Amino acid sequence: MSNTRYTADHEWVRLEAGVATVGITNHAQTALGDIVFVELPDPGREIEAGEACAVVESVKAASDIYAPLRGHITETNPEIIGDPAMVNRDPESEGWFFRMIPADLAAFDALMDADAYAKLVGSL
Amino acid sequence: MSPPSLSPPRRTPLYALHEQLGGRMVPFAGWSLPVQYPTGIIAEHRQCRERAALFDVSHMGQFSLHGPNAAAALETLAVGDLTGLRGGRQRYSLLTNDAGGILDDLMVGRLNETLHLVVNAGRAGEDFAHLSAHLPAGTDLRRHPDRALLALQGPLAVDALARLCPAAAAMSFMDFAALDVAGIACLVTRSGYTGEDGFEISVPSDAAETLARRLLAEPEVAPAGLGARDSLRLEAGLPLWGQDIDELTTPVEAGLTWALGKRRRMAWDFPGAAAIRNHLDNGAPRKLVGLLPEGRAPVRAGTVLLAEDGSAAGTVTSGTFAPTCDAPIAFAYVRRGVSQDGTPLAALLRGKPVPAVVAPVPFVPHRYVR
Repeated sequence: MSNTRYTADHEWVRLEAGVATVGITNHAQTALGDIVFVELPDPGREIEAGEACAVVESVKAASDIYAPLRGHITETNPEIIGDPAMVNRDPESEGWFFRMIPADLAAFDALMDADAYAKLVGSL
Repeated sequence: MSPPSLSPPRRTPLYALHEQLGGRMVPFAGWSLPVQYPTGIIAEHRQCRERAALFDVSHMGQFSLHGPNAAAALETLAVGDLTGLRGGRQRYSLLTNDAGGILDDLMVGRLNETLHLVVNAGRAGEDFAHLSAHLPAGTDLRRHPDRALLALQGPLAVDALARLCPAAAAMSFMDFAALDVAGIACLVTRSGYTGEDGFEISVPSDAAETLARRLLAEPEVAPAGLGARDSLRLEAGLPLWGQDIDELTTPVEAGLTWALGKRRRMAWDFPGAAAIRNHLDNGAPRKLVGLLPEGRAPVRAGTVLLAEDGSAAGTVTSGTFAPTCDAPIAFAYVRRGVSQDGTPLAALLRGKPVPAVVAPVPFVPHRYVR
């Protein structure tokens, strides 16, 4: 059983030992195009599910990234600040955005699994 | 900006080609055009700066104005020395209103007794109605929806085009000629909207795809979309109607005083001359300037600018991340007093002030072949 879930806003969340790693999906990076700037939340910040907590900018436009779960931020990915194009190259692994400790693990299980997300993307 | 339309966007003669090339089609000024191809905006931008890029600009309005007094007639509605435009040459001009505002910017080329006009897609309907209603009698104004327009831009554009049209290599910047390209009768100008050397080729719609495929088959050439066109024109310091200039901005505010023409600035005989002269004599209340924001974050249209003392300085009209500069760049209207190059300002970005300095344009030097 995979420990990765997805949101309708095209973020992925991977849960490992109580820590959730969050990034944007391959579908999202394709839709955004060349990513030139990423702004990430400060570690320690408390976030609500659905709260805008990061920004990703392509050449054409800025997009908000929404917290997939309620919790607090523990760590951000410095690599994508210096090299935003890494999000285009490897969105679902090296191009992660931030890590957080979810307040409610049941909320993680309520997110879409890979099949449900693939269906969502297929319907777009 | 053109108003949202309820009708589906129109397709250029190259629509099928764009789809085949994997173009991401978006609505723009009432047309469906590729914002990018699978290569992406940055690669397409670099292709244009380093080699040659082919853009479909068939959405632009193409008009002709025929008659022995065509240039004098157009001068009643436009700035610039159009009667002084020699055959085989092209010039940038502006349609102005009585308040000195810019109704549209356009390219005017002359061949014998015919002027060929290229206007913005989102303004073509208004421009045609305006010209039809106000041009003096004795000229024949026509729209040419049966023509497509291709822009081949970049330092190697001349090498590619010369194989299909040897005469193109002898043209200089802003030359205009009727030439066969790959055996197709075209109207060719050596000009564009990227700051690079290059050509715009007006071609009958039914031959446009054939010509585009011939150009794309040349080793220097790759397709580029609207996204790269926008980042290229911004780096080149070229304003976009509806974004950086419109009916409420004068040529002086927009930094387009050079387009007025020396003779017309003696005669003051174009629409809005009094208002424009007032801006020239007494200074415009605001100026369109280049802006270099600190850091890597793009500063977009609508962003508020503050002066060092915290007072309002102006507003960004266009902004992007510039691939050639590898930095964000922007255009902004700023008030008198804070428009000098080097003036430190702050851009309010998501509530936080980001330092930005007024900078000369173009951000990337033009490389026209004169």
